[in-house]
Amino acid sequence: MSENIFITEAEIAGDAEGPLAGKTVAVKDNISTDGVRTTCGSRMLEEYVPPYDATVVSRVKDAGATIVGKANMDEFGMGTTTETSYFGPTDNPAAPGHVPGGSSGGSAAAVAAGEADLALGSDTGGSVRCPAAFCGVVGIKPTYGLVSRYGLVAYANSLEQIGPFAPTVEEAAELLDVIAGSDERDATTRTEGDDSNYAAAADGDVDGLSIGVPTELLEGADEGVVETFWDAIARLEDQGATTHEVSLPSVEHAVEAYYVIAMSEASSNLARFDGVRYGHSGGYDGNWNETFGRAREEGFGDEVKRRILLGTYALSAGYHDKYYKKAQDARAWVKQDFDEALSEADVLASPTMPVPPFELGESLDDPLQMYLADANTVPVNLADLPAISVPAGEADGLPVGLQLVGPAFGEKRLIRAGSALA
Amino acid sequence: MTAQTVQQGDLVTVIGLEVHVQLETNTKIFCSCPTEPADEPNENVCPVCLGLPGALPVLNEAAVEAAVKVGKAIDADIPEETRFHRKNYYYPDLPKNFQITQYDEPICADGELEISVEGERRTVAIERAHLEEDPGSLQHVGGGIDTADYTLVDYNRAGVPLMEIVTAPDFRSPSEVRAFLADLEEVLEYLGVFDAGRDGSLRVDANLSIIPAEETNGDGTIDEEALAAANRTEVKNISSHKGAEKALAYEETRQKNAIQRGRAVEQETRHWDESRGITVSMRSKEEEKDYRYFEEADLPPLRVSDWKEEIAIPELPTARRERFQVEYDLSEEAASKLTSTKQVADFYEDVASEFDPDLAATWVADELLGELNYRDMEITDVEDRLGEVNRLVELVATDEITAKNAREAVLRGMLDDGDEPDTIVEREGLGKTGEDEVQQAVVEAIDENPDAVADYHAGEGGAINFLVGQVMQKTGGSADPGDVNQLLRAELEE
Repeated sequence: MSENIFITEAEIAGDAEGPLAGKTVAVKDNISTDGVRTTCGSRMLEEYVPPYDATVVSRVKDAGATIVGKANMDEFGMGTTTETSYFGPTDNPAAPGHVPGGSSGGSAAAVAAGEADLALGSDTGGSVRCPAAFCGVVGIKPTYGLVSRYGLVAYANSLEQIGPFAPTVEEAAELLDVIAGSDERDATTRTEGDDSNYAAAADGDVDGLSIGVPTELLEGADEGVVETFWDAIARLEDQGATTHEVSLPSVEHAVEAYYVIAMSEASSNLARFDGVRYGHSGGYDGNWNETFGRAREEGFGDEVKRRILLGTYALSAGYHDKYYKKAQDARAWVKQDFDEALSEADVLASPTMPVPPFELGESLDDPLQMYLADANTVPVNLADLPAISVPAGEADGLPVGLQLVGPAFGEKRLIRAGSALA
Repeated sequence: MTAQTVQQGDLVTVIGLEVHVQLETNTKIFCSCPTEPADEPNENVCPVCLGLPGALPVLNEAAVEAAVKVGKAIDADIPEETRFHRKNYYYPDLPKNFQITQYDEPICADGELEISVEGERRTVAIERAHLEEDPGSLQHVGGGIDTADYTLVDYNRAGVPLMEIVTAPDFRSPSEVRAFLADLEEVLEYLGVFDAGRDGSLRVDANLSIIPAEETNGDGTIDEEALAAANRTEVKNISSHKGAEKALAYEETRQKNAIQRGRAVEQETRHWDESRGITVSMRSKEEEKDYRYFEEADLPPLRVSDWKEEIAIPELPTARRERFQVEYDLSEEAASKLTSTKQVADFYEDVASEFDPDLAATWVADELLGELNYRDMEITDVEDRLGEVNRLVELVATDEITAKNAREAVLRGMLDDGDEPDTIVEREGLGKTGEDEVQQAVVEAIDENPDAVADYHAGEGGAINFLVGQVMQKTGGSADPGDVNQLLRAELEE
């Protein structure tokens, strides 16, 4: 309990029966829950209570699960440590004194601490996979369009997906089965996840699986992390998988492209928080432009302001082509690289995070260092692909995650491969 | 000083329009809230049109269909696929602080509309027409926009589908603008995508600049450089044809006066104050906003390449007017009246299919529309009474009642009391009296008025009129006076 896992503890009962009957689920606090405040880890929404359920929340309730709380997170999903939360940092249950990763740190920590059987997070540039890796649990970032985003408070809407956390791949797949599938309220959803049975694929059969290891994603990674990664790969090879190197030359530009796109979208997505209809208003009178400014000055934390300012700049006349458009070009290039690499391998493997969990407070002062830690996860969001992070082992007593990336809507393949490890 | 002074006759007015029209759909463009006006503020709202965190837009394809109809009517290019962008700006009536609109791939591009200005045909180029969502509306309490004590926001309109139609700077006078707006509305109403009677359904922003006549080309066209060199004002808050003409006439005079006095025209946005009949400065163009357009990723591009083929549009007013003149042999005036709205034209064609088109024209264009107009009614108010109007024309066509009774008693009774024609005819005894009855009245009149008969035989012309009057009295006015005259003469000559 001292870990500060939940922003709001709650008990939202689901149906009596269903595939998740009897299970408890922690929900990241940027996923709307009818009647239960949804803060996004921000002072701006400290008292905001949504009048509706996100589609995934309805589905989880219909499946019989009980929601036990709204989990801590980096403010509006902007962070890699859960330390930018207005509600304070969360301690890592698997590595006390260290961050749980982010931005869905509370969700991963809830599962790692046994506070919930399962959890929902959202992944814009690694925000499910990073905390899964840091907390030693399983996290899945689905293909863009597999899971409805209706009710997920947007940070960067062209990049993000809601994804499950669980102690094992099979349990994560069971939750994915519940939340996947088309939704008439989200026009970007596709039908591939309708009537899915991902859990059935968690049979651990990797015999004959061809694993590509992108060399670029090992460069610059912490030595202990790389060692743990290869140990895990060796375990897969022992079970019949084969490994070869592949190349993703475009990924060296992925972090830059990702942050330009994510910040640009954020500058627009977060514009609605002006205190007029809901959220922190400051109670000011006078010129509306100034009152909006003051409400936003008070309601947002530094990292959020930084990203809104940079995103606004990147979309501005005269800079749009230099930054935003160029980033879109890079995004197309990254997609193409993944397509090529995945034509030579069934899945791609890398360490989820190039580093083990930071100590609490260690990285807050250096945003650039924090952004670079996303090097292995953001390319996947740029390419709209599915990925899974499974525990690979430990380095110096700290959890290390292994990331597997598959082709679009290749979740079954990732679940089958991942279940050979956890 | 003198070198800068230009004579008024040497100046040319150039106007281009951005016309916002509300497309008629049952639900809003990105959610399922109704578009019907609500009784209370903020009644027709949901998480989507309120821009609540996490809510997502889903495109209402009925709005796209309506836009494709407009595109066909103005002969525009409709792209393979169309997509949406976000236009970012902060304003309290804008729930998300961005507007979902279209940017570089509008649903319609490069169209045109043929209009009629004082009997002459002109073609106005339409550069683009795109779909977007309406913001909410502000209500300033205790003053105007800059003096109010506070401002209330109503999001009932937020998300109502709009089409923004952008013309080329093809207008040379405010009256042309008025004619264009009238013709545009007519076309949109024919398409069934627009209701001019709906509050706020038409909003016009107009750009007006004055340039020296010598900078126009021989054919009246104007080079872009000449246009760019002149400062223009954008006039906002125009909501009717008449308002557009008045606002632009005011603005034209204001600019010409400034130029004639050697003053520069400022590039600015001006607000049309309808009640005062003037335009007032809103903000100077230096503060022009950077809207930071970028793609709306929540709405996947929509393939519309097949829609142009699949969606049918009705015959448009100009074509129908011409056909009426040929097919029904109508005058231009009658054809014009009978095609003023699609409903009138449909109504007329129904009547004309049963009876003589000329008689149908008289009864629909003159009698029916006249009486409706007198009562502030529309053809749509009697749309479901087509059968009754047909019966009325039938009664006249078959000589069962007189035209005078048909108009004064039957039609007015139908409109005022909602009665059916036959009910009125029976109740008022308007049926033309049978021949036997008239004959009997003729005999009686002759018997009862020997003096008049004597006068008739003596060659006094007035006597026959007196006798006709007597017969008419006896028959309650339902006999035909011409017939009575003939019958009397026959009887008297025997």
